[in-house]
Amino acid sequence: MKRSSVEIITEWDIVAARQLGRNEAKKAGFGTVDQARITTAISELARNIYLYAGKGRIEIERVTDGGKDGIKVVASDEGPGIPDLRKVMEDGFSTSGGLGAGMPGVKRLMDEFKVISEPNNGTTITATKWLH
Amino acid sequence: MPQVVGKQYKEILKKYLESHSEEDLYVGQQFSRRFIEKEIAPEDVISIHKTALLELHPELQDEVWDSLDFLIEMMIHYGFTLRERQSLIRKQEIIQMEMNVATKVQNTLLKTESPIVEGLDVGWISEPARQMNGDYVHFINREHESSVAVADVMGKGIPAALCMSMIKFGMDGLVGENSNPGKALSTINRIVEKSVDDSMFISMFYGKYNSENKMFSYASAGHEPAWHFSNETGTFLELDAKGLLLGVKVDSVYEERSVYMQEGDFIVMMTDGVTETRTEEGFIEMKEIQNLLLEVKEKSASQIAEHVYNNLTEAQNHRLSDDFTIVIFKKK
Ligand SMILES: Nc1ncnc2c1ncn2[C@@H]1O[C@H](COP(=O)(O)OP(=O)(O)OP(=O)(O)O)[C@@H](O)[C@H]1O
Ligand SMILES: [Mg+2]
Repeated sequence: MKRSSVEIITEWDIVAARQLGRNEAKKAGFGTVDQARITTAISELARNIYLYAGKGRIEIERVTDGGKDGIKVVASDEGPGIPDLRKVMEDGFSTSGGLGAGMPGVKRLMDEFKVISEPNNGTTITATKWLH
Repeated sequence: MPQVVGKQYKEILKKYLESHSEEDLYVGQQFSRRFIEKEIAPEDVISIHKTALLELHPELQDEVWDSLDFLIEMMIHYGFTLRERQSLIRKQEIIQMEMNVATKVQNTLLKTESPIVEGLDVGWISEPARQMNGDYVHFINREHESSVAVADVMGKGIPAALCMSMIKFGMDGLVGENSNPGKALSTINRIVEKSVDDSMFISMFYGKYNSENKMFSYASAGHEPAWHFSNETGTFLELDAKGLLLGVKVDSVYEERSVYMQEGDFIVMMTDGVTETRTEEGFIEMKEIQNLLLEVKEKSASQIAEHVYNNLTEAQNHRLSDDFTIVIFKKK
């Protein structure tokens, strides 16, 4: 399977990650709206890395599962981790307040979403979207 | 995306582009309800629009298509907000259901029976501003004596209600004893001091009517003064007694006083939800409440309580700004 990645160090890298995600989504056959959704999800995850972990990476992979094609995004860092995951996944919790984005928003944009995070041991978020 | 919706949208759009008529705009607006009903995100609406337009006018310039793609991008976050809102509404429904159960539990727990004692007519109303009540009325009957405690937890809603439930257990402990108002308040005060958070303030008025000597004795823990209506003079006398709010000091002492009740006299005990009724013109005057009482002084205690309640809620456009409690002891 093809796999490509972007290191997130500066804010510009968020843009690079978006670009990579959009290209991959297009190649995989997603329509305009889903391309925008996947890109936005990547953007939010990359921004969180940039803001809260300092640095990390976004990997994008084309996946298949029993005839289904899709795209898998892995956002990982070695930052401080997310102390209260349950809270973070609650609606209305993100620091941006009522903008409705944040992690629950990302989860809704994608079909599958998994977070592994340990205090002082970094965060790894895996999100997949399938072609319908 | 549901294909049908896309097709119908195209038809409506086509008609409008030909007619520019208000009628077709109206049809469009009605149709937009379908989008909302089917929880179609704003970015999808634009995509549907783009697809329809592409089929109707493929000759349009690239700027049009590109700008629609840009708009889709712009709308993703609106879609977020919409979905978050839907999920918060579902959450709220669950909380509401729990609240309903909690209210039922509270009502059962805090249930109290109006006293029946020779020569005394009792009427009372206690209505919460929100769902749960932070005011509390509790009656205790002993042979020829009827006691009432009227309490107000500062604050409203759930925290106040939870706190009230605790007071209830303190009150239950009093039933066996021959408590005079001052002594009753110091007992409750000790319980509250031990078990309630420092940030909770509770005021309480404790009154007792003795049908043998027709005396009404009372004590107050920082509560609104009660009023004694004298039928003979047609005037109101304030009944206040010294004492700190409950739970402030372990060994608070509560002054006890008493008045003699003549036929047609009544005592009005309230919480600040009554005296601090706020209308469009500001706080209501004490005089106005007393005038309301005078209008129905001949009526039964329940009718007097209802009259005050009905008029004061009306003055607030039927919305209570604070928990509202009024208790009337009337000498028959
Ligand atoms: N990679 C990460 N490492 C450490 N903490 C993180 C990480 N990602 C998220 N967090 C923590 O989780 C919280 C919630 O993140 P989320 O993206 O949901 O909202 P936000 O970033 O606060 O606001 P916004 O709505 O602008 O995204 C953050 O405030 C941050 O404390
Ligand atoms: Mg964020």
